[in-house]
Formats: sequence, structure tokens, C-alpha cells
Amino acid sequence: MNRSKWFQTIVQYGGLLIVLVLLILVFSVSSKNFFQTSTLVTIANQVPDLTFLAVGMTLVLIVRGIDLSVGSLLALSSAVLGVLMAKQGWSIGSALVAAMLVAGLCGTINGLISVGFGIPSFIVTLGMLEIARGATKAVTDSQSVYIGSNVEWFGQPLGSVPFSPAFVAAVLAVIIGQFILTRTVFGRYCVAIGTNNEAVRMSGIRSAPYAIAVFGISGLMCGLAGLAQTSRLSTADPNGAVGIELAAIAACVIGGTSLMGGRGSVISSFIGVLIIQVLQTGLAQIGVADANKQIITGTVIVVAVLLDALRIRWDQHS
Amino acid sequence: MNEHVLLQTNGLTKRYGSVTVLRDVSLEVRSGEIHALLGANGAGKSTLCKIISGLISASGGTMQLGDEIYAPQTKQHAEACGVEIVQQELNLIGTLSVAENVLLTRLPNRGGVLQSRRLHEEARRILDRFGLSDVATFAPVESLGVGHQQMVEIATALARQCRLLILDEPTAALSGTEAKQLFGHLSTLRGAGVAIIYISHRLDEVAKIADRVTVLRDGKYVTTRETGSLRANDMVALMSGDASSNDAAKHQSYRTDEMAMQVRSLTCGKVRDVTLQVRRGERLGITGLVGSGRTELLRAIFGADLATSGEVVLSDQSNGRRSKGGRFLNPSQAVASGLAMVTEDRKQNGLLLSKSIATNTTLSSLRKRFSRWGLLRGVEERRVVIEIVDGLEIRCESIDQRVATLSGGNQQKVAVAKWLVCNADVFLFDEPTRGIDVAARRRIYRLLESLAADGKACVIVSSDLEELFETCDSIAVMCDGQLVETFDRESWSQEKIMQASFSGYVKPGYVKPGDVKPGDVKPGDVEPGDRA
Repeated sequence: MNRSKWFQTIVQYGGLLIVLVLLILVFSVSSKNFFQTSTLVTIANQVPDLTFLAVGMTLVLIVRGIDLSVGSLLALSSAVLGVLMAKQGWSIGSALVAAMLVAGLCGTINGLISVGFGIPSFIVTLGMLEIARGATKAVTDSQSVYIGSNVEWFGQPLGSVPFSPAFVAAVLAVIIGQFILTRTVFGRYCVAIGTNNEAVRMSGIRSAPYAIAVFGISGLMCGLAGLAQTSRLSTADPNGAVGIELAAIAACVIGGTSLMGGRGSVISSFIGVLIIQVLQTGLAQIGVADANKQIITGTVIVVAVLLDALRIRWDQHS
Repeated sequence: MNEHVLLQTNGLTKRYGSVTVLRDVSLEVRSGEIHALLGANGAGKSTLCKIISGLISASGGTMQLGDEIYAPQTKQHAEACGVEIVQQELNLIGTLSVAENVLLTRLPNRGGVLQSRRLHEEARRILDRFGLSDVATFAPVESLGVGHQQMVEIATALARQCRLLILDEPTAALSGTEAKQLFGHLSTLRGAGVAIIYISHRLDEVAKIADRVTVLRDGKYVTTRETGSLRANDMVALMSGDASSNDAAKHQSYRTDEMAMQVRSLTCGKVRDVTLQVRRGERLGITGLVGSGRTELLRAIFGADLATSGEVVLSDQSNGRRSKGGRFLNPSQAVASGLAMVTEDRKQNGLLLSKSIATNTTLSSLRKRFSRWGLLRGVEERRVVIEIVDGLEIRCESIDQRVATLSGGNQQKVAVAKWLVCNADVFLFDEPTRGIDVAARRRIYRLLESLAADGKACVIVSSDLEELFETCDSIAVMCDGQLVETFDRESWSQEKIMQASFSGYVKPGYVKPGDVKPGDVKPGDVEPGDRA
């Protein structure tokens, strides 16, 4: 029993980790500068925004939804942070609470409308993508807001340790997310809802509150991602984070989360984020042109999903 | 009449796994006759027709069409041989226009480009021929009423040249006038030498239009008779046979006097004004023809569909949350009050197929029994699930095995286990043994008995009368959305129950008030279950 459980865990994460290690090996061989602390620092620095988003996105995908608004909500939270801290003189703590409230509210609205009225979340969050981007520009007058050292520390490595508070917070979010998913009633219900909502209903469970809450959580994660990005850039950029929702979805899917709902793992999504980031950083270091970088990244996404599909097929036959 | 035999079947047999649904059926259908197929639910009528029309292939036996051996592999193959079928379920594409549906398999085109004018002209001609001149060819099919949709589908089949036409319950959705029109066309076709196999539960209809009747029972051929010599009651007697229905020796009743659930005047869509009660320890069977509203009744009681009037009262209301009207607004309320429902289609809405036995078993009671402050109590969960998997003899490698990989019988046990863990008081079973093998069936029967012995109440919907005879203390019969009669062990017989099931369709003058305008019905003019 225990052995088979270990075996399952290895099968679950093993494939992804092999891909990650292979990428690191390839880049270490092709570039002398890759396998160094500075690269690690760069990657760890880049990772938090996408990680927060991927945590929320994993839950959303598991309940058979999708959240396209995360990029705009990230930018909106960043704008809220910028305006409150730079112009109103709020502390980082209270500004973060405000930003998370705004993004969380927007996420909850996504959930209320899509779950409550049975409208595909693809459409509802696509609308929110536009609305939140517009709100971002309204809040900032379409100008970047410079905040400076009050926020920078959150994205800077902690003295001797190469990791920033943002990175630590992101890893914590992954751990908590995975815990919620696998060890709580909420998580179990989410998986059940995504697997077969009608069966859940006929089992005497009202699924709507859980599905709505998941969208709210995705919004809260956007608030945290907003802080992570703002601290890295020292600036709230109203035109930032465009298209990052696709990277977040890609990370989840690389990690084996099903777009059809009912299957996913927050840890796997995190490994997905790492794969994307290693690829980006590594390709930049060995001097691949931007155009080729995109082609290679896209190819890796498709291949990863293909491998996953084959794994599932093999899994079901054995 | 032309006595020439068109279709001959020899020993047709169909097995699904260990279940035989059609056994050694031999019959002859002649050109230029309307040949009715009769039988109770699950007698094998539809299976037989699907084999003849190439939708499924037989496990054994042969067929001959005209002078040639006939073994259709696909529906297209059957159509090429001149065999057409109109199935009970509509096979139209709702978003396409009437014309496109009528000519779907042979859309007029030039090099792949649709010729719209020709399409509508041809469709118009076909529709007009079948008296559907009021149906616009460009209207999307989904905008038509069900009756018209059915007529369009029949017209589509009739328009193709065929030697043998199979109609499965064609009048179920038709109004009296539409049905009469259809009978007119069938007579014309018969005159032209087409053979017609006709399935219907409406016995008066069969008596009126069929030349000969073949009766099937439990997948076996019973007899073929000329219709002229048969009355509706004789047909029912032939269908029901003389199965031993009072095997009282084996049955032990655990029925008490204490009320478990009362349903009062429940109305919900098709279900009309149903009143019933079950006592603790009672096993109440509900039967009736397919489409009589049995599943809908269970769903209405369980709050899966919203009832429009009536009440559901459970005896122990201490933890019951309910709406003011006394009906459940959703299954969640019903479950909180101690109700449980094992659904008919366990794959659609009973189980999480891709999840483990453990996840499925504890789903309904997760919050109540297996969590503390929202955190799962994994050890307790595993302990209880292992216990119940052993108790129900669910065959599996481990409780982490995905339910999809289990056999049908074991899947059904998991679906039941969910409610045992939940400790429900009243169990609603919808076709509890559908598609499962004999051993698992026995296990489910024993389970029903032990539930009764524990003072639980069970309501069991089933098409299988033998099953109800064996397991139940009493049987209620539904017909056309209403509970028509309830029988006890002492009073029931297969024939009485069949009479009650068909009661709505054979009683002369059976017309619902409000469905008919004054002057529409002349005395003696029987409108078979007019449902406009």
C-alpha cells in the first residue's frame, strides 16, 4: 500500500521533474554562465508573480472553469498599491489588503456571474479582462506610478539567502494551495465538482458556493501577484502583465491540470511555472533570438501536454 | 393481401456480457402488412428492431430479407437494403432547418456547394405529401413542437424508398389528429407492398391498424396472431404470461406501522398529483411503462426537479431543513432530512467515475462525518470505507481504485455505499439492478432486505416485475404521470399490474380534460392518449 503510494507520487511528479532537470542540463552544457547562483537568483526573482497566478488558476481549472482576467487583475492590484502607497502614503500592509480586496472582489464577481447564471467563465472573465484593464488605466491616469524602496524590499533577496520574501510567500502559497486541494473538504468538493457536477448535486451538495469561492481565491492570488510584480519593478505599470494569463494556464497544463476539470495539482503547476521560467532565462542566456524563443516555448508546451496525454492513456490501460 | 414473406429471422439472440436480452427469436414479416411487436418493458422489442435495422449486431441467429441472407453491419448498410427505422428518441439536429434534416444524407449540392432552392423545393414536396404543409422548410427543427418533430422524422424515413419500415413508438408524442394522419400514410404504404414493423404501448391503436401481432416476453418469442381475433385484454394476458408472482415463502416483511415518508399531491412536470406513503421497514416498489413518470417522481421527491405543488414529509424532522411548502428545493435539503437517491444512470449523475472508491463513498457525508474544521479526517475515512467495501463485497484491488475500472455491479454497490455511510432513513432506488450481473443483483436484493430489517424505508422503481415481486412488500403502478393503483403481496399478480400499467391507454374515452375542444370527440371515437 505504502509502496504503491510512493510509486504514484513518483509517477505524478517524476515526469515533470525529469523535464525540468533535462532543461537545466541542456542549458548548463550550452552556456557556461547558466549553472550559477546568479541565474538561480534571476529565476527565483522572476517566478513569484506567475506562481501566485498559477495557484489560483489550478483551482479554477479543477472546477472546470477558466480565468482569463488574472493579468488585468494583477495590473489593477498593482495600480491600487501604487496609488495608495505613493500618493496616499499608505503602508505596504494596508495597501496590500486593499489591493487583495479589490482583486478578490473582481474574482468573486466573475464567479457569481458565471456560476450563478451558468455562463461560460471564458466569456465572463474575458469581459473582466477588459474591465479591469480599463479600471487600471483610470486609477493611474495611464501613467506608471513609481513607489521605490517601500516596496522593493519584498522582491529583493534576503541578505545571504538568495530568495526574496516574494519567493518565499509564493512557495508558501503553493504549499497551502496543495494542502487545501488534498486535505480539506473544500478541495475534495472542488475536484468532485469538476469531475461531475450533476453527480455532486445528486449527492446532496450545493456546489455553487464552492465554485464561486474558487474564482474569489483566484482574485486574491492576483492581489499577491500584483505585489510581487510591483516590488520587482519598484513601479506600478498600468500596461504590465498583458498576456500573463496564458502563461499561467500553460504552466497549469504543463503540470497536468486538465482543462476538462476534475484533475490537477498545485505542486505540479508550480513545476510548470519553473519549467517555463528556466526555459525563458536559459534561452535568453544562450542568446536565442526573441522570435525563436517564442517558437521553442510554444513547442515545449505542446510536447509537455502531449506527454501527459500519453501518460494518462498508459495509466488507464494498465 | 400479399402473403409473400419479406423478412425472416431465425433464432436471433443478443447478449450483453452475461445478460441475455434477446433469446432465440424467430419470426416472419410479410410484404404489405403492418406487423405489431408487443411486450412489456425489457421484453426485447427495441433490441430486435435495432438488430434488424443494423444499429447493433446480433450475438447469434440469422436473418433473411427477400431471397437473400441479410446481416446488416451498419444502419447505412440496412438502408441500402431497403430497411428504415424511426426510433423512439428523435434523431434530428435541432439547429438545422427542417429541409436540411429531411435531406440530411443526400443534400442537393453542386461540387460541395449547397443548392438552397432545390433543397427547399424537394423538402417541400416531401412534407406536402405527408400533410405537413403547415411546416416551413426553413424553420429550425428545434422551433417545432415535439409532435411535429416526430412527424418530420417519420416523413424523412417514409420519403426514402424502402421495403421494410420499422416504427418504434411513433405516436408517443403525437396528437390524435397527427396519429390518424400517420395511420393513413401507413395504410398507403401497406397498399404499395411495404412491410411495416410497428411498436406501440397503445393497444387499441395496435388493434386498429395492425394485421398481425407478435408478442415477446423476457426476450423470448411468445406467439404471432392475426389481430382480428385479439382484444386488448388478450394482448395484455399474452404479454404478462403466468410467472409465479406470489412466492411468499421466501419473502419476509419488516414493515412497521411507523410512518417514514409521506408524499402528498406532488406535481412536477409530467408527474401529476401523486400521493404515497412508506413506513419504516417497508419496501415499496413502483412500476409502470417507460415514460410513465417513475424516474420523474423520484426526482421530484428528492428535490432534483422543482415540484410545483404538493408536500414531502419525513417522519423524523429533527434535523430537517425544508421550505415552507414542504417540498425540497434541492437535493441538499433532501439529504439533510435523511433522504437518499440511487440514480438510474450511475455514470451520468451517480458516480465520479474517474475518482476513487473512497472519494465516491464518502462524498455525501464528507462534511458531516469525515471532517473537522473543514480538514479531512483521512484515517477515519479509510477505516469506514474499507469496512463498507468488505461488508458489501465490492471487488477491488484497493479503495483507491478508480470507480470506472469496476464492473457494473460493483459500481452500483459503491453508489449505494455512499448513502449507507451517510446514514439515510429513506432510500429511493431508480432501477437498482440495471445492467448488472446475477450475483451482484442477488447482493443488492439482500442489501434491500437488510435495510428494511434495520427499519429503513425503501422506494424501488423498476421495470423488472420479477424483481419487485421478490423484494417488495407492496407495488404501486404508475401510468401517464399518475399513481393508478397499489397492490399488496396478497393481491398482486403480473396480469393485474400490467392491466394497471396500460389502463390509461386502453380505457375507452381516455382523454384528459382540457386537452380536447368540445365537439372534437364523437362518441365511440377513441383518441389514444391524446397529448397535443
